[in-house]
Formats: sequence, structure tokens, C-alpha cells
Amino acid sequence: MSVFAVVRLSVLDLALAGSLVVALAIATSVWKLGVAQTMLVAASRLVVQLLLVGLILKWVFDRADLVWVILIALLMLTVAGREVWVRPKRRLRGWWGFGIGTGAMFVSSFAVSVFGLAALVQADPWWSPQYAIPILGMLLGNTMTGVALSVDRLTAAAWDKREVIEARLMLGESGVTAIGDMGRDALRAGLMPVINSMAVAGVVSLPGMMTGQILAGNDPSDAVRYQILIWFLIAAGCGFGMLIAIRLTSKRLFDERDRLRLDRLRAG
Amino acid sequence: MPGCLQIDGLRFLDWEPISLEVSASEIVGITGDSGSGKSLLLRAVADLDEHAGEITLDGQACASIPAPQWRRKVAMLPAESRWWSETVGEHFVSKDSSLVEALGFGIDVFGWEVSRLSVGERQRLALARLLDRGPEFLLLDEPTANLDAGATQRVESVILASELPALWVSHDGAQLARVASRQFRMGARRLEEVVA
Repeated sequence: MSVFAVVRLSVLDLALAGSLVVALAIATSVWKLGVAQTMLVAASRLVVQLLLVGLILKWVFDRADLVWVILIALLMLTVAGREVWVRPKRRLRGWWGFGIGTGAMFVSSFAVSVFGLAALVQADPWWSPQYAIPILGMLLGNTMTGVALSVDRLTAAAWDKREVIEARLMLGESGVTAIGDMGRDALRAGLMPVINSMAVAGVVSLPGMMTGQILAGNDPSDAVRYQILIWFLIAAGCGFGMLIAIRLTSKRLFDERDRLRLDRLRAG
Repeated sequence: MPGCLQIDGLRFLDWEPISLEVSASEIVGITGDSGSGKSLLLRAVADLDEHAGEITLDGQACASIPAPQWRRKVAMLPAESRWWSETVGEHFVSKDSSLVEALGFGIDVFGWEVSRLSVGERQRLALARLLDRGPEFLLLDEPTANLDAGATQRVESVILASELPALWVSHDGAQLARVASRQFRMGARRLEEVVA
């Protein structure tokens, strides 16, 4: 239920906000930071991408067709999978690298989204694009960051501490055991941001989705409930996604004779 | 009786095939310039690198058992030891005190912090850590490289007292003459027996 009418933003409002970014770009070029151009390109991309997404979403919402929801979901997954694959400094070569990240996100984010939509939100129909696409997007976005961070940690540690891993192999440990400590460190590093965000939500930061709902005129207590649900889904999607990705990456770093195979990694 | 190691047509990189037999409780010395591939030979025997050819221990082929099990039997001591836990004791399985005592340490060594060990202490303790796991064959890569004369003698006598067969890589010809019954020399991509 709307408490008040939404104040619509005019093009002039957006242009004025944009002028702040232009001012920042000028300031950085005076300081010779060399990021002005990148920043302006990024800001322009933001405008174009979001306008396009707005159009696409409106089109999909009007049709409310399951096929379109699935197509968009798969497109989001593919883009997120590519991001996870290319972001780590040292990444697995070939289809394995892409497949592990994408597979981990597919299993975790998709499963958790379907659970959240079908069992908890229960819109009619449960896959309504108004609910399905934003929820999956938030899950994928957070899982992507977490998986990329933890895989980066793991491959960097394997590269830097190859002698430790091989020393343990020489003592008769299996590959999974020899790299186990590094896998645990990587998972801890990936989970920390999720845990921290939950701990300070509402106190230090007002979560973006909640802010958006409140600005859009929704009752804050409804917005809060959705935010709590979303955070639980994010934590689960992120955590299980990382567990799968770290487990598979650890395995892939060794061959069937438990030899450390750093030749399967390549620099970013 | 542990260990008759048979290497048959072992190939790695672009080396000529290597065949070698080490009988029970025999130590075979391997010399060669640095970079001649001595460590690569040991790594291949430990199945840490890809290789062709067959290696058997007491008739059991390397490829017929899981690699970790093979490496527990055919154990390699690398030239530089690496440690991963905080204390020395965490790296040991049985914590048999007679082993560390023979190498010149007290029983309190298991509580020591790894980060405070000297290079030589690490090297001696790495040998203790390896023998502690009960291997049947040793692959030793410069086991006394960073040690003074006294410590070198201790390490040699501990290895000899174990009565385990070994491939022993060393720069020190005099040392190999003391401990090994036969010597081979690596160079020009092949292994040749040194005739005394």
C-alpha cells in the first residue's frame, strides 16, 4: 500500500546529478589521476545499459511469459559466469574455468531463487517477472562477487605456495587435503563480506533494495521484510555457490595422480 | 624386507629413457651439475611429474595404486623444506622422540614454532617428519646441503640406521662415496653409471 505518491524524476534532475560526475571527472584530470575518461565512459554505459534494461523489463513484464523469464535468466547467468571466470588474476584454462563458476552459480543462485519465489514469495504465477528477475539478479550479483573473490584467493594461494602443496603431496597427502587449508581461507575471505553486510544492515547501511522500495512509496515495514528475505537468500546462494566453486576448483588443480597442475592456470 | 625399486624405461621431458634397479637396503648416489635434472628424476619417481615408463616397488607398480599411497611408500625429501602449521609437532604423525633425539633435538622440539627454526634445523626436522611416516624407500635431494659437519654426520647416520634403500642426490662426491654403493651421473639428458 502506497503511503505517498512517488515523486517522478525529470530528465533535468538526472542531468544535474550527472553534472556532479562530470565535475568529479574534471577534478580528477586536474589532479592527473588518469581515470577521468574511464569514469565518463562508465557513467555513459550506466545510462545506456539501465535505459535499455528498463525498456526490456517493461516489455517482458507486459508479456509475463515463462519462456522470456527463462531466456533472460540464462542470459544473466552467462554474463555472471563470464565475469566470475575472467576476474581472478590466475584462472583455469578452457571451458573448465567458465563451467565451474557458471555451474556453481546455476546450482546455488537458481535453486535458492526458485525456492524463494515458489515457496516463500508465492506470487501468482510464482515466476512472475516482476519478482523473479530482480531477485535472481540480486542473488547472482552477490554470488558472482563472492565466487570470484574466493576463487581468486584459492588460485593465487596455489600459485604462491606451490612448494607447500607439493611438500604435503610428497608426504603422501591427497591433493584435496594438501590444498585444504587454502580452500578454507578462500571460503572465509569470500563469506566475510556477506556476514559483515548482514551484521551492519540497517545500522551502518540501508540496503539498496529497501531504499528503493521506500523511495517508490512502499510501507517501510514491508520493505524491511523483503530485505530480510533477500539477505537470507543471498547468504545461502553466495555460501553454497562458493562451496561448490572452491571444491571443484581445488579438484581441477590436481590430476588423477594427485599431481599439482598449475599449468591449468593462466594469468588474467 | 622393504624396498626393491625397479625403474624401467622412465622418460620425462626429452630425456633418454632411464632404467635402474635399487636392491633392498641399497643406497644409490646421483651426482650432476645443477640444472642437470637430478631433482626432476626424483620428482618423476615420486610420481609428482608426468612421465612414461614403469616404476615398481617390491613388484608393485606405481600406476596400480593411488598416488598418495605410492608417495607414502616412496617418500621424497625436497632440497628445501616447507612447513604449513604453526608448531613443529603438528607436522608429525607418531611423534617418535627417538628420531628427533638422534638428529640432535630434545623432545620439546614438537612444541617449537616453525617460524623460529633456522634453515639447518628445518632441514633436519624435515627428514624426521618424513621418516616418522614410515616410508619404504627414500628419495633424498641434497639432504645435508645447509648443514655443518656435525649435523651432516647425524643426518647420514640416521638415514643409514633406517636401513632403507634410497636414491641420494648430492653435490658432495666424498659424501656419496661414504654412503652409496653405486654412483650415477646425470648430464646431457641421460644417466650414466660412474665406475669407481
